[in-house]
Amino acid sequence: MSLTQSRTAPTYGVLLLRGLLAGLIAGLLAGAFAYALGEPKVDAAIAIEEAAAHAEAASGAPAAEDHHGEDALVSRHGQKGGLFLATALFGVAMGGLLATAYTLLRRRLRTEHDSHAALGLAAAALLGMVLVPFVKYPPNPPAVGDPATINQRTISYLSIVVIGLAAVWAAVIAARAPHAGAADWVRAAAGLGGFLVVVVVGYVLLPNIDEVPETFPPSLLWNFRVTSLGTQVTLWAALGLAFTALLPRSASSEAVTGRGRTESVPV
Amino acid sequence: MPKVQTVRPLHPTTVSPRVLGAAFGVVATLLLLAYLVAFDQGAVSQSGMFLHELMHDGRHLLGVPCH
Ligand SMILES: [Zn+2]
Repeated sequence: MSLTQSRTAPTYGVLLLRGLLAGLIAGLLAGAFAYALGEPKVDAAIAIEEAAAHAEAASGAPAAEDHHGEDALVSRHGQKGGLFLATALFGVAMGGLLATAYTLLRRRLRTEHDSHAALGLAAAALLGMVLVPFVKYPPNPPAVGDPATINQRTISYLSIVVIGLAAVWAAVIAARAPHAGAADWVRAAAGLGGFLVVVVVGYVLLPNIDEVPETFPPSLLWNFRVTSLGTQVTLWAALGLAFTALLPRSASSEAVTGRGRTESVPV
Repeated sequence: MPKVQTVRPLHPTTVSPRVLGAAFGVVATLLLLAYLVAFDQGAVSQSGMFLHELMHDGRHLLGVPCH
């Protein structure tokens, strides 16, 4: 039995390489989405920022530090290329983390199907690392936000990411808590309850941050936030699908006999 | 042929101490990469403003707090 298992179980190295590749693919797709739909909103926000800076300079006040203008270190053109670099590198990092989580947690995930396990982990990351933080700290375009609070905002953001992942973990533990043979709806309700308790505690304890100037166009803010969410959903959806598609298939023959054998066993 | 008693995953990845050690190193490296992309802010930059500005649009669109 152990011989069969060691032959069919992929090594960490194999899984990691495929996770990194899936992350690269997902990052480039997210970059394409962000380039097509997000960049116009970033440009619009920067135009507002520059107009404000010029008005300030005209009124004699010292010009605010500006890293988007003509004398910027990286031109706007360069920043649009850098967008793909950023999403690709971020995708690679997340792909490697997903593959590592899959390697370490696969045996604890109570599903017979490896594809369900991989997709479930990606969905958990999307929920915990994207959707939970999005509601508490929705992303802002350039020209919004006080540079002086960047450290506090970064710490709060990282805290809600950790809390989001903890909430997903709590959901899994709570869903497994009912006695064996409990109805599915009981497990689902317990999981939802575990998730909500952690999320609500996190939302209440973490500080509220609202730095959007009253003069900033609300429709631009809304559109930017939706595109940012779309970029992140694209990244995680593509990552989950690509990693699942790239999962090693060496066990497919074993799968047939394995399923045949397990079917005869009452569970 | 041995009798199978439980339903088990097709790919029960093995987690040996060596894999655990490797995973620790990999996670640390990938978190550093994510930090460079997403959190290396201009004000307290460890790598200079160039990387910050180069990946600035990606940072905003990935939902990470920025200036
Ligand atoms: Zn910024």
